[in-house]
Amino acid sequence: MTTFPKDSILVLIETTPSGELARSAAGLLGAAARVGTPVALLVGESATAAAASEAAGAIGAKHVLTADPEGGASQLAVPVVDALAAAAALVHPDAILLSNSVNGRDVAGRFAARTRSALAVDAVGISRDEEGIVAHHSVYGGAYSVDCAPTFGAPVITVREGSIDDRAEAASPETTALDVPPSGVPAASIQSFEAQAVVSNRPELRGAAKVVAGGRGLTSQEQFALVDQLADVLGAAVGASRAAVDAGWVPNSYQVGQTGISVSPQLYVALGVSGAIQHRAGMQTAKTIVAINKDPDAPIFEIADFGVVGDLFDVVPQLIASLSARKE
Amino acid sequence: MKIVVLMKEVPDTYGERKLNLETGLADRGASDAVLDEIGERALELALSRAASIDNAEITVVSMAPETATTTLRKALAMGADRLVHIADVNLVGADLGLTAEVLAAAIRRTGFDLVIAGNLSTDGYGGVLPAMIAELLGVPYASALASVDIAGDRISGTRETDGGVMTVAAALPAVISITERFPAGRFPNFKGIMAAKKKPVETLTAADLDIDPEALDTPRSIMLAVSERPARAAGTKIVDEGDAGEKLAEFLIQNRLA
Ligand SMILES: Cc1cc2nc3c(=O)[nH]c(=O)nc-3n(C[C@H](O)[C@H](O)[C@H](O)COP(=O)(O)OP(=O)(O)OC[C@H]3O[C@@H](n4cnc5c(N)ncnc54)[C@H](O)[C@@H]3O)c2cc1C
Ligand SMILES: Cc1cc2nc3c(=O)[nH]c(=O)nc-3n(C[C@H](O)[C@H](O)[C@H](O)COP(=O)(O)OP(=O)(O)OC[C@H]3O[C@@H](n4cnc5c(N)ncnc54)[C@H](O)[C@@H]3O)c2cc1C
Repeated sequence: MTTFPKDSILVLIETTPSGELARSAAGLLGAAARVGTPVALLVGESATAAAASEAAGAIGAKHVLTADPEGGASQLAVPVVDALAAAAALVHPDAILLSNSVNGRDVAGRFAARTRSALAVDAVGISRDEEGIVAHHSVYGGAYSVDCAPTFGAPVITVREGSIDDRAEAASPETTALDVPPSGVPAASIQSFEAQAVVSNRPELRGAAKVVAGGRGLTSQEQFALVDQLADVLGAAVGASRAAVDAGWVPNSYQVGQTGISVSPQLYVALGVSGAIQHRAGMQTAKTIVAINKDPDAPIFEIADFGVVGDLFDVVPQLIASLSARKE
Repeated sequence: MKIVVLMKEVPDTYGERKLNLETGLADRGASDAVLDEIGERALELALSRAASIDNAEITVVSMAPETATTTLRKALAMGADRLVHIADVNLVGADLGLTAEVLAAAIRRTGFDLVIAGNLSTDGYGGVLPAMIAELLGVPYASALASVDIAGDRISGTRETDGGVMTVAAALPAVISITERFPAGRFPNFKGIMAAKKKPVETLTAADLDIDPEALDTPRSIMLAVSERPARAAGTKIVDEGDAGEKLAEFLIQNRLA
């Protein structure tokens, strides 16, 4: 039987229905490698394929556990929790890491409650001290940094996607197929799934180096295309304020802010966004903030490194033309 | 149908929110306390469907400091039938695990067919409590719903994940959480405010729920250090005189951002 290193960090890696590893995987394994030996758990039918283990090895998994629990494709969270429980019982890790995604949080919450483990959510960094694993958080929109640790036992930690720059060295992992006894805990059932269309040549909002975000000032879905255009010239991801999401101009997953996505890019360009405190909570840790707004008193200017008081429908086309001209 | 709505009191996000740098706890004196907006949406969902559900009884369950009674009464004024308020000084600073145990015990004591929670609170930002509570109650959990149908003995709805949209269903009893795509909570009217005064409010302590907040046999999440980041300062601000686009392009190029 495989024995696992004493400093094992168990990492749940989400896979897409087609068997690819989720984008969050590299950051999770990178965080794990910093504080111990990364052991990856892959769950689902496609996860049992050799290609999935190899892919996990390529981004740093030293060991791979695979599981294809009953109901894995038709039930929410519970089968994955069962697999994670089996993996944790086998590995005895120093910590368990998951992505702070909707699915990751569902699994983390159930698992922590079932095993009575201490839970730390939305960590932006992980370290180790003499007593064990410490999770670092950025709270209230980055206004505070908070370090958390369990009183004892291995903590369960969800990690904010895009927050970890560390990458683990590639490894050739040993793969172990897990036997997962079903817990029998009732779960919600999955009836259907419609994958969101991805704009392939544009970076993902989470973890993007540059973000262009549009707000109510764009006035319509058609006009919002101006945000896309500037984003494409800059090679940036597209974000939005809640007002733009509520208006239906962009999908919910574009929302930046306290109840949306938190980003910390090199560059954040806010177009027609007033800079409400809840929006700022999701972007004020950006390295450089640029704002274009026709209201000189808009709160976004309080945190902008470069602010333009003006009509975005004049300024942005000129900016795009100017950047495009210089590129040629 | 017994519906439990989980509502939290949070510092108003429109004000400046502070953490106490010594205790790491939310500094409640620093900003006004309000009902969490997402909790109001959860209650609104219950209220708006109550008429089409047999014998709907809506109980709001909240773990919050004693001083939260005034804030929580708003839920009764909006139309909830009764309030269960868990207030206990020993629960100040409770971590997620302890909060989940307390709320699950209170829900069990109240009795439930459907528990409605927000997907994410605006202060703790955990987004995990409803999953923990579902596990402790041993029932299905449909999370992050953007729409929901509540039938006699089951719920179904659409669930927003990072990768796409899912249709999910669950038999009752169950826990669900909703996203801010649900409509905002209604404003209490005068009649509601008057009626609220006569509605039952039960105040419980951890001991009433057979929970020992200081039990040492369960690991807890503790704060080791808290620090405040320096606030951001404003930089250059220019007024467009017909060439702001050019100037901005210049700024981006100089800073190697374009
Ligand atoms: C609990 C809670 C959570 C929330 N969570 C979030 C969140 O996660 N994310 C979020 O974004 N919001 C959030 N909000 C909402 C937030 O309070 C604001 O309502 C929202 O951010 C406003 O979006 P906006 O800036 O696009 O719109 P507005 O505030 O209406 O601002 C539009 C701006 O566009 C400018 N403008 C208009 N026309 C032009 C033009 N032609 N050229 C240049 N400028 C122009 C205007 O001057 C104005 O400043 C939350 C609110 C609450 C209560
Ligand atoms: C800045 C900050 C950071 C924290 N970090 C951690 C941490 O890393 N680990 C940890 O263990 N604890 C942490 N806590 C404590 C944790 O937030 C509390 O235990 C809190 O009561 C529950 O978590 P939440 O607000 O994140 O809930 P969420 O899981 O985000 O809440 C989702 C929904 O659950 C319901 N709900 C939540 N709280 C209550 C309540 N008190 N009463 C009724 N319904 C409720 C609501 O419907 C809410 O919409 C933190 C608290 C703060 C203020």
